[in-house]
Amino acid sequence: MSQEQSTPLPGADGELIRIDHLTKVYQLGEVEVHALRGVSVHVAKGEFVAIMGASGSGKSTFMNILGCLDKPTKGTYDLEGIDVAKLTRDELAAIRNKKIGFVFQGFNLLSRTSAIENVELPMFYSTVSNKLRKAKAIEALNKVGLGDRIDHYPNQLSGGQQQRVAIARALVNDPSIILADEPTGNLDSRTSVEVMGIFQELNRNGITVILVTHEPDIAQFAKRHVLFRDGKIKSDKVNPNPRLADEVLREMPTIDEEQEEAA
Amino acid sequence: MKTLNILLSAFRALQRNKMRSFLTMLGIIIGVAAVIAMLAIGQGAEYSVKQQIASLGTNVLMVFPGAQQQAGVRVAAGSAVTLTEDDAQAIATECPAVQFISPGSFAGGQVIAGNLNWNTHIQGVGADYLEIRDWPVEYGDFFTEQDVKSATKVCILGKTVANNLFPESDPVDQTVRIRNVPFKVLGVLTSKGQNAMGQDQDDVILAPYTTVIRRLAHWQNLAYVLVSAVSLQDIANAQQQITDLLRMRHKIQPYEPDDFTIRNQTDIASAATATTQILTILLASIASVSLLVGGIGIMNIMLVSVTERTREIGIRMSIGARARDILTQFLIEALVLSLLGGTTGIIFGVVGSSAISNFAKWPTIITAFSIILSFGFSIAIGIFFGFYPARKAAMLNPIDALRYE
Repeated sequence: MSQEQSTPLPGADGELIRIDHLTKVYQLGEVEVHALRGVSVHVAKGEFVAIMGASGSGKSTFMNILGCLDKPTKGTYDLEGIDVAKLTRDELAAIRNKKIGFVFQGFNLLSRTSAIENVELPMFYSTVSNKLRKAKAIEALNKVGLGDRIDHYPNQLSGGQQQRVAIARALVNDPSIILADEPTGNLDSRTSVEVMGIFQELNRNGITVILVTHEPDIAQFAKRHVLFRDGKIKSDKVNPNPRLADEVLREMPTIDEEQEEAA
Repeated sequence: MKTLNILLSAFRALQRNKMRSFLTMLGIIIGVAAVIAMLAIGQGAEYSVKQQIASLGTNVLMVFPGAQQQAGVRVAAGSAVTLTEDDAQAIATECPAVQFISPGSFAGGQVIAGNLNWNTHIQGVGADYLEIRDWPVEYGDFFTEQDVKSATKVCILGKTVANNLFPESDPVDQTVRIRNVPFKVLGVLTSKGQNAMGQDQDDVILAPYTTVIRRLAHWQNLAYVLVSAVSLQDIANAQQQITDLLRMRHKIQPYEPDDFTIRNQTDIASAATATTQILTILLASIASVSLLVGGIGIMNIMLVSVTERTREIGIRMSIGARARDILTQFLIEALVLSLLGGTTGIIFGVVGSSAISNFAKWPTIITAFSIILSFGFSIAIGIFFGFYPARKAAMLNPIDALRYE
């Protein structure tokens, strides 16, 4: 859905996500696990939010609900004015297809499938003509700087490049939000900063980015920090001085330089 | 997801595991090929049985004399003298639906030619016998109406008899002694092979029925009259006309039963055809068991595939694939497997059947029906055995599928 069509909620101009009193209870046999105990978050269009917390804090559960992969037990989740909690499986699939772009820790590309085919994949599940599909996939790969590797297979690409393909795939249907779940977890520090640079670049162009991470370094690139603990939000504050990936990269020694220093 | 795209991605998925896809298809290939070949053999057998029955002459009727009644006890059919040569002539002249007749009598015995001998059947027949049986003489001549009238001691040898009595020489104009009666050989019949019951039709000597009755048979009356109808459609008419004629000639009152029996080949033919049809069904059912096993192979491999590709399913779901998209994807893969297997199986079945015809000399017939049947069967198997794994894939929870290692 394009941005012109989205209707802002009354009284909350430009608000994209409105989550109120969200709880999630898992039934594990006899035991009830309270993964989320009343979480309220509002995210406006164009934000760059880092969701932080230790494992078991409920941030993954929150992410799954945010990504429409799971439904809350109680509470409301409005995404661009749509009450997601009331949707069917198929409608949720459509929301994931059009409004959400996922980036995962393990890249989750289809193996033995070229970069461009991986990026084209979301468009198979929406009504995009074959011709337009290819053009859009190339455009998305260009945005992440992989325009020259569109026919490479995942096993021919480095981790950073694979993650860029995944970002291109997340971008290709022009989603309202990009959800990145530990996107730098499998990458070395330099590549991590490069990937964060791509997210910052996308965010500058008006795309809302929500990032789940437990690394404070990575969270520093976001504009807002939401900290989870024990299924609740412990703190929610604006990052006054987000780091700029471009600057960090300039200051960072390359691996070759590090080796030279060591020698 | 568009049909063409689904098809392409199904082909690609199968291509990734070429060996596995091939082995899975092999089950269907063998099953379909077996069904096609078995149907071809069965239908070939049915056809040749029909051919053999037709070789007896399908428009042929046999009139037998009735059973003798002694104090209410009926003896075997043909034991009464109720069928005379005059009756036979009357059938020939007075029944418009009758084309040829050949009165018949039998004798059996040892036949001697030179220093060789052979035990065979001696058939006493009329001059039109070969017309009725549609059985040409290979060389030499058949006897004439005149030979029948004067009961000449002439005979025609069946191929088997000729081969056994005259292995190296030409039997025509030679003499054979049948139970010490010398018969001049006029000719040799063409080979007719086995009949539907497996008897060698060439193991016979034909002689004028008059000669057989007077010189050889213990039984001095006609054993039967072979009648051919003008056409296949006239069999019923001929049967009715003969019945009416003989009842009138024998002065049978309306309340009395016939003192003769008329039989036609259709009864025998339908019994034999039914037997071969059962054979066909039996062969095809055995073959379809292997097709079923092939289908289970598809289901097995699709289940493995779904488990292996759980993560892929999770990825597809996370980027917007609906349950039905996943279902279609896996169903199409199963269908492509079974259809490719089915098509290859049809080719193998057709080739295999003609190989059987060539090497085992068995007649095989491949009908459009058997091809359509096996093709339809493989589609049905793809859908049936593909559905459960596909549904299993579609019902996966995207979160669990994504986390699957």
